[in-house]
Amino acid sequence: MSKSDPLSPDVLIIGGGNAALTAAITARENGASVSILEAAPKPYRGGNSRHTRNFRCMHAGPLGMLTDTYGEDEYYEDLLKVTKGKTDPELAKLAIRSSEECYCWMEAHGVRFQPSLSGTLSLSRTNAFFLGGGKALVNAYYAQAEDLGVKIHYDAPVRHLQIEEGKVVHVDAELSGEKQQYTPKNVVVSSGGFQADLDWLTDAWGPAARNFLIRGTPYNRGVVLRDLLDQDIESVGDPTQCHAVAIDGRAPKFDGGIVTRLDCVPFSIVVNKHGERFYDEGEDVWPKRYAIWGRLVAAQPDQVGHAIIDSKSLELFMPSVFRPIKADTVEALAKELELPESKLRQTIDTYNSACKPGDFHPTELDGLATTGIEPSKTNWARPIDTSPFYAYSLRPGVTFTYLGLKVDQNARVSSSNGPMQNLWAAGEIMAGSILGQGYLAGFGMTIGTVFGRIAGREAAAHV
Amino acid sequence: MSDQALAGLNSDDRTIAEARRQMEICNACRYCEGYCSAFPALTRLRAFEDSDITQIANLCHNCRGCYYACQYTAPHEFDINLPQALADVRLESWERFVWPSGLAQLFHRHAWATTIATVLGFAVLFLVIRLLSTVGGEGFYAVLSHTAMVSIFLPAFLLPLISIVLGLQQYWAEVGGTRPTIKQVMGAFIQAANMKNLDGGHGEGCNFEHEDRYSDARRYAHQAVMYGFLLCFAATSVGTLLHYVFDMPAPYPLFSLPKLSGISGGLSLTAGCGWMLMLKSKSDKSLSSRQAYNAECAFIALLGFVGLSGLVLYWLGGTQSMPTLLAIHLGAVLAFFLLTPFTKMAHGFFRLAALVREEQQRDVG
Repeated sequence: MSKSDPLSPDVLIIGGGNAALTAAITARENGASVSILEAAPKPYRGGNSRHTRNFRCMHAGPLGMLTDTYGEDEYYEDLLKVTKGKTDPELAKLAIRSSEECYCWMEAHGVRFQPSLSGTLSLSRTNAFFLGGGKALVNAYYAQAEDLGVKIHYDAPVRHLQIEEGKVVHVDAELSGEKQQYTPKNVVVSSGGFQADLDWLTDAWGPAARNFLIRGTPYNRGVVLRDLLDQDIESVGDPTQCHAVAIDGRAPKFDGGIVTRLDCVPFSIVVNKHGERFYDEGEDVWPKRYAIWGRLVAAQPDQVGHAIIDSKSLELFMPSVFRPIKADTVEALAKELELPESKLRQTIDTYNSACKPGDFHPTELDGLATTGIEPSKTNWARPIDTSPFYAYSLRPGVTFTYLGLKVDQNARVSSSNGPMQNLWAAGEIMAGSILGQGYLAGFGMTIGTVFGRIAGREAAAHV
Repeated sequence: MSDQALAGLNSDDRTIAEARRQMEICNACRYCEGYCSAFPALTRLRAFEDSDITQIANLCHNCRGCYYACQYTAPHEFDINLPQALADVRLESWERFVWPSGLAQLFHRHAWATTIATVLGFAVLFLVIRLLSTVGGEGFYAVLSHTAMVSIFLPAFLLPLISIVLGLQQYWAEVGGTRPTIKQVMGAFIQAANMKNLDGGHGEGCNFEHEDRYSDARRYAHQAVMYGFLLCFAATSVGTLLHYVFDMPAPYPLFSLPKLSGISGGLSLTAGCGWMLMLKSKSDKSLSSRQAYNAECAFIALLGFVGLSGLVLYWLGGTQSMPTLLAIHLGAVLAFFLLTPFTKMAHGFFRLAALVREEQQRDVG
């Protein structure tokens, strides 16, 4: 088939986020004809990348906006801490080592960086922030891709990849509702996880998942992932698990993104719908603990929690998008939250009397702990006694799922019969190879960029 | 705020409430901090008083970087369009501050008609004055005596200026400004001089005529207009000095300060306004104040016409058509002066005040 046949590009990219775009740009720059099929309509293009804000970047010395140094070993240790060893060391080190050159590649392709945002100083050494956030990055890449002559289709979900004898022979898609069959030479899948498919989540996690909020795009429904798994493509990652954090319960069902984050937990007590505490709110600094609270809240009845603070603590954390519920008395607050009033009163009284005098330091572990209650609160434990009282409701917010495609160092996908001849994967759809558990801020974008570039390079080289 | 509560508010309060709603979302996100001065000003605060919103709205240069970068623009239910929300607040703040109030609103509603009527009206007036009087001056003063010009243009210059100054005083009081230091004023003027807030934070310009692609076109067009205007203004000021202090009345030769600055300023002003109108026509109108688009275009056209008619007058000053051209040019200048407080021209004054105030607040930290 000729190169100009729009349905038979050298490289067909399935997906439209960071990994898809880096793959598309790289493949095109290596001489391949490239088409992108993005499931979302144009305003929602970019998958979960549109909600990101930075990428984690190794660097031997100050690099652009990044201060000091962040070496391979330290980076890898940080990864081991969150994954508890559930990673592929070779792939992980490849991602880490390649991240440094990504910074310049990204800049050369239109991404602009800015200093670490106010309230995120702890990341100024390790994470490079995109000016304007992930949607600005996605915009820059789409502009680059367009200029390079990549054909971009929005509103173009892929339904099926026909695999025969270790090869993708055709790809069934719908372009603005109309069926189209592509016969590309090579295919890169970068269409994300399945976290927006609540049925799948419920199958995997259990009925509680119905009450989860999805922090990112509603278009990551895992259609391509499931289609490939059904055809015996090798997978990696725990199929039952998702990464969930505790977010504001009033957030939209999908796409609430960064602003639904709540940072008040360390200065609060968190109670369930029965008005009872269930975990140490002050176990560690919030950046190291926010990820476990998704699970903690998911395990509570109705998957809901309520973080309660008093007026002393109101301004100690980043403002969030919804104003707190406010009341002059604990009882009035309980009423607003539809909690049993006497029980909440009792929980707070018990907690207050377990608080001990001492120095309070909101920005570090201050050891200001309760005594004699279970669960204890081991830092920042101050009595909740100064009216008015405030509350935020918490729900689990799913960021991504772990199940994905297993890839090798060249981002190539395998079936049980060996490596696929013309199929590569990049981004969230293969991140489970490296992130088997937990999350490291900004690492998703690193994986997407590194493996997007590899997949694009390889796919173009095999034309 | 609930729809019901919103419905109970008057238009100004609704505009402020909408800006507040959006700014609270921005403050929880902060991805846009590096674009301009408005976001650091926003993230320094935790809650937004009406006066904070007025100040941040006047700090916003409508570069639109934040809109195209925003993950929460429509069709997302958060429906963020901060450039428009702040443009609305800005416009209403000028309408509120500038005296006599009500005239600005009137202008925004009937901008083109008002502009054209004012220019033509004054032009006819000048022609009538000429017919009714015989003066013995030279050059342009043969048409309208220097004294007559001064007695018309001095009040036409001073009255709008007084109106602006009164407006600025109110603005300053509302945003809680203190006595500015020289450093703060200098800082503000430097930012205006190079249009720092339209450089996108990365020096590649803003998002205007090519959607999410960065371009310096608007920044350069604005500076062509601004410096062109300042040069024309300088030409007039130098002429006034030469006339009164050095007893050197017009006309001046080509290689003189008034002529050189007047001609270069006129060229820059005319070209800049034309360019700006072209850029505006390509931009997404829903990202600025819906009520003001026509008025802004009418104002830019008027300003460009002042420059163009001045150039034509210079070109054809020795011909039969000079008296008519002079009447038209003077009509345009007079219309421009008198309309100044009620048009987009007001933004320059309030923007500078906002930049000075921002310098103060950044000093406080």
